[in-house]
Amino acid sequence: MSGTITIDGKTVPFTGGQTIMDAALEAGVYIPHLCHNPEFKPHGSCKLCVVEANGRNVTSCTMPASPDMVVINDTPELNEDRKALVQMLFVEGNHICPACEATGNCQLQAAGYYLHMQSPRFMHFYPPRRVDASHPDIFLDLNRCILCELCVRASRDIDKKNVFGISGRGIDSHLVVNSESGKLGDTNMTVTDKAAHVCPTGAILIKRKGYTMPIGKRTFDQKTLREFHLEQQKRVEPKDGPDGG
Amino acid sequence: MPRELETAVHPEKLKRVVIEPVTRVEGHGKVTILLDEDNRVHQARFHIVEFRGFEKFIQGRPYTEVPVLVQRLCGICPVSHNLAASKAMDVIVGATPPPAADKLRRLMHMGQMLQSHALHFFHLSSPDLLFGFDAEVGKRNIAGLAMEFPDIARQGVGLRKFGQEVIRMTSGKRVHGTGVIPGGMSKNLSCEDRDWLLAEIDQVVRWSQEAVNLIKRLYGDHKDFYNDFGYYRSSFMSLVREDGAMDLYHGGLRAIDDKGQTIFDHVDYSHYGDYIHEEVKSWSYMKFPFIRSQGREEGWYRVGPLARVNNCDFIPTPLAEAERKIFKEYDEGRATHATLSFHWARMIEMLHSAEAIRELLHDDDLLSNDLVNTGERQLRGVGVIEAPRGTLIHHYRINEDEQIVRANLIVATTHNNQAMNEAIRQVALQYLDGQQLTEGLLNYIEVAIRAFDPCLSCATHALGKMPLEVELINAEGARVQHLIKDSDGKHHA
Repeated sequence: MSGTITIDGKTVPFTGGQTIMDAALEAGVYIPHLCHNPEFKPHGSCKLCVVEANGRNVTSCTMPASPDMVVINDTPELNEDRKALVQMLFVEGNHICPACEATGNCQLQAAGYYLHMQSPRFMHFYPPRRVDASHPDIFLDLNRCILCELCVRASRDIDKKNVFGISGRGIDSHLVVNSESGKLGDTNMTVTDKAAHVCPTGAILIKRKGYTMPIGKRTFDQKTLREFHLEQQKRVEPKDGPDGG
Repeated sequence: MPRELETAVHPEKLKRVVIEPVTRVEGHGKVTILLDEDNRVHQARFHIVEFRGFEKFIQGRPYTEVPVLVQRLCGICPVSHNLAASKAMDVIVGATPPPAADKLRRLMHMGQMLQSHALHFFHLSSPDLLFGFDAEVGKRNIAGLAMEFPDIARQGVGLRKFGQEVIRMTSGKRVHGTGVIPGGMSKNLSCEDRDWLLAEIDQVVRWSQEAVNLIKRLYGDHKDFYNDFGYYRSSFMSLVREDGAMDLYHGGLRAIDDKGQTIFDHVDYSHYGDYIHEEVKSWSYMKFPFIRSQGREEGWYRVGPLARVNNCDFIPTPLAEAERKIFKEYDEGRATHATLSFHWARMIEMLHSAEAIRELLHDDDLLSNDLVNTGERQLRGVGVIEAPRGTLIHHYRINEDEQIVRANLIVATTHNNQAMNEAIRQVALQYLDGQQLTEGLLNYIEVAIRAFDPCLSCATHALGKMPLEVELINAEGARVQHLIKDSDGKHHA
């Protein structure tokens, strides 16, 4: 099945199996997102990419495009909701940008800037989260995990190691490591694994890298989240079909 | 020395005067003074009432993150914390930074010294010195300075701006940059930035000379007052270079006693714990360090500009060295222990920093790309630097997983803790004893504290210019006098 949809009045073509997000990004139309990455099957957890499709709110990264679908994306109301979601992510974890090595390269931080977030808005949860430094080359800091499952997907689908998973429900959901001790150092993950390089925040860091990238050269010193994601789309051949669907 | 004023024999019978917070310093502190019926001073204490907890909450963090994290201790001298921590991390990564990185760090540090000293002198202290300690309070601030002495205020702002630009160009940001990394630097100085600095530096040196002349003139105009205000003799401690020169970035520890005799010299600072101990007192969050060989009672000392200018054998830049000689010989050396001499020494250091920047800017190593060395990882690292306010010690231990397991930070203001208490006790005896208290008189106490340029935020491991509240409570506990100063400087009862 192929055809066209309209996004904010613009006609956008799609081909069989493409989601609204795939079609939009390919046509250079930006829908803000965090858990979507065209290299992996979509997941639909961050909800930043929610659009109105034929009058219904849907996650554009999981919703297949269908002929003549009318999509509303870039409106003050939807962007306000997106900002609120980012603000919730910031207070749900412990995101201390001033002391985070990922600052300037972090998509959560970039989303905050892109959506004009000026303050945390909600009460901080300050949850007690685990730090796992047991791996010789990788530092896992769950304070910064936003449960996007990109590491889960990368380890399972590309590295074929299943190092990560999500445990717990609702607000108690958290990233777990698939080893008897629960420690990353006791898995077969290596620093060259895809899963070590997909975290959109600073939850998975490569040890001893630190602040070697000077201010001015970091990803989001040079481009907005929109430009970053549109370029990412061009680099990648998208995978087919939503996760499990 | 008025040591008996630390603790009154019968405090329950005395009136309590509180200066809280102390203003025009960085951070939050208070002074309490206990007076009897005749307003005789029986106790004076300078308390630090902030608690920061950095040493605790960096535990578990990766060592690479720490130099950037701990610089958030302070917005005035973050570079100092960044550099002291990075020097400790150099040891932990087992690498001496290449010459280019060493010079870039020194350049950054001199920019920091310049901007911090300019901030303190022009913005925080010169209103007291130019208008008088008990001048109209609405005038005694940077805005009043800009009105009456616009040229001086402009130079102060210009010097600070230049220092901030040096920091930005070497670290990436004016405040809290990330250019310094364990084992070296992540960036060099661009040709364009170097040329901009070169175009400005001669004026900066000139302004710094004028600042030295200004403090000399003020000192000369009121010589006896400047000499005697809060006067006491003390030991001094600072880093010095191998040849005895002033070196604000690196060296060995030197301490001299109040008669100028050497206590220790060229001490490898990684063994600082063998020479300095810290005492805790129940009434302040700030510890009281002392030189071990001198004992708990007599081992306290001063650090900072006055200590450095007194301790070094010479300053390795010509204009500042000439000024050091004038200072040392002034009034047969009497200025070398005076509380208000901190200002004079600070301006000599600002001039040295400007000259050092000028020298460095002609070194092409600053443009090099050979910026990082690596080595064999260690589990313990100590980094020491002369921060604007004095000797700054950072000491870390990491585990095999490269996480911080222990940290000890001794900052300049902490070294000066006992000395600041001595200064306010002297001033309380000299000017407050038996007097009816006024805001102007209480400002004398603050002037003594301000001379040290204390950073109370750093010292307890907040924010300046907070309102001042003074309460006078009689022996029955009733409030007899109450003065409030708002953050905009307005007074009301």
